[in-house]
Amino acid sequence: MNWQPTATRSALQHRQTVLRRVREYFYHQHVLEVETPLLMDQPVSDPFISSLKTNSGFLHTSPEYAMKRLLAAGYGDCWQYCKVFRGDERGQKHLPEFSMLEWYRVGFDLPMLIAEVIDLIRTAAQCHVAAVQRTYEQWFALATNGLNPHSATLAELQSLASEWIDVSDLDRNACLDILMTHVVEPSFDPAVISVVTDYPASQAALAVRSKDWQGHEVAQRFEVYWQGLELANGYLELTDADEQRARFEHDNEVRQQYQLPTVALDEKLLAAMAHGLPRSAGVALGFDRLLMAMLQASDIDQVVAFANR
Amino acid sequence: MASYSTNEIKNGAKLLIDGEPCTVVNNEFVKPGKGQAFNRIKVKFYRSGRILEKTYKSGDSIEVADVMELDMEYSYTDGEFWHFMKTDGSFEQLGADANAIAEAKDWLKEQEVYTIVLFNGAILSVTPPNFIELQVTQTDPGVKGDTAQGGSKPATLATGAVVNVPLFIEEGEFLRIDTRSREYVSRAKQ
Repeated sequence: MNWQPTATRSALQHRQTVLRRVREYFYHQHVLEVETPLLMDQPVSDPFISSLKTNSGFLHTSPEYAMKRLLAAGYGDCWQYCKVFRGDERGQKHLPEFSMLEWYRVGFDLPMLIAEVIDLIRTAAQCHVAAVQRTYEQWFALATNGLNPHSATLAELQSLASEWIDVSDLDRNACLDILMTHVVEPSFDPAVISVVTDYPASQAALAVRSKDWQGHEVAQRFEVYWQGLELANGYLELTDADEQRARFEHDNEVRQQYQLPTVALDEKLLAAMAHGLPRSAGVALGFDRLLMAMLQASDIDQVVAFANR
Repeated sequence: MASYSTNEIKNGAKLLIDGEPCTVVNNEFVKPGKGQAFNRIKVKFYRSGRILEKTYKSGDSIEVADVMELDMEYSYTDGEFWHFMKTDGSFEQLGADANAIAEAKDWLKEQEVYTIVLFNGAILSVTPPNFIELQVTQTDPGVKGDTAQGGSKPATLATGAVVNVPLFIEEGEFLRIDTRSREYVSRAKQ
């Protein structure tokens, strides 16, 4: 019986130190530490995130909805360190149960939040890691010899992705995901923090949509990579309750296309947004992955006490 | 046809890809936080030795190859097939063709045990043991006094393989050979 821990004691000491630095960082920034329920009334709507069901509800996949209700109630900037749960996710960079750092900043725009994420990573790592920021389109163009992810046709995307996968039933977003993970991500310098902004509008999730300088509709969303790991995902948060309802409904349509169960809408979040969500930016950062990047660990198992296979 | 879901494929699993049997070298789960999940699966083909990486949608299924590895003892050749016998006491025999035998051709010795890969019940490949003891059938006499310099000379073994041996080795002697490097290891007792 293999009962031993998967992380060394030294790795767990690093965890403790990093969490302490993070806690102090937010304390000094006057951001309120909160704890919201792990149990939700309904599963998350994201088509490609699977909520785990219990006898008393669903385990949350992110504390996003609850934290936005705090924002709507006027509680101001808040952050949280918690376990989140995602079914069917297991690999060297994935655990079905992992630790997330999530925070919301009232009145911030994306450049301000991106700067804060980089600052937090540097504070956690106690090291001035260089950072480079480009748009999704720029990263794609550099890694793919000029492909424009916004204007490329589905056939063009499929043709590029077909080097790795049978593309016959891949839609636009699936092709973009393949190219992102197989071509663009490997082009990031692992030693540098790479920031991706202006995602395609079809991958907006809960971010505000706007037009870029060329008139392409993009999402006010960013991601942060370091040491070959997707570390953080942030939005200029959608505040319009009607648009939020439409996004939920669209998630359900995608779920139907993929023959996944549709989910009930989170009416509490919608009511909170109808009441009024302040203009804010929010981000979720994978805490285990931050440790992996700092310790140059090749497997997420090495940074958690017990990782069940 | 039996199949595995990409989520349950472990290293060493035997798959059938494009009709060819292969073994899984690596299976990496890939998923952007908000995106779709994929598995990047690296396989090595038994026949060609080629390594291929292919990506599947997570949860897709891949056909399982009817591939089995087992130990068998070499018996004899009739010129067209090389016959091996199971070591499980069944005395069941199977013939391997010239393709399957290619890797082991220089090291075939009666009653020696080989690692056999069966695909759909037929022999796909034969791997010799790492070390094998064979008799020297021909080698020129070594020149006296040269042994201190550690010189070597070619020697033909009972299987027909030619390897470099120290100058002091004489015809009729038994040698221990590393089949992977084709190198002389030591003298052996008959």
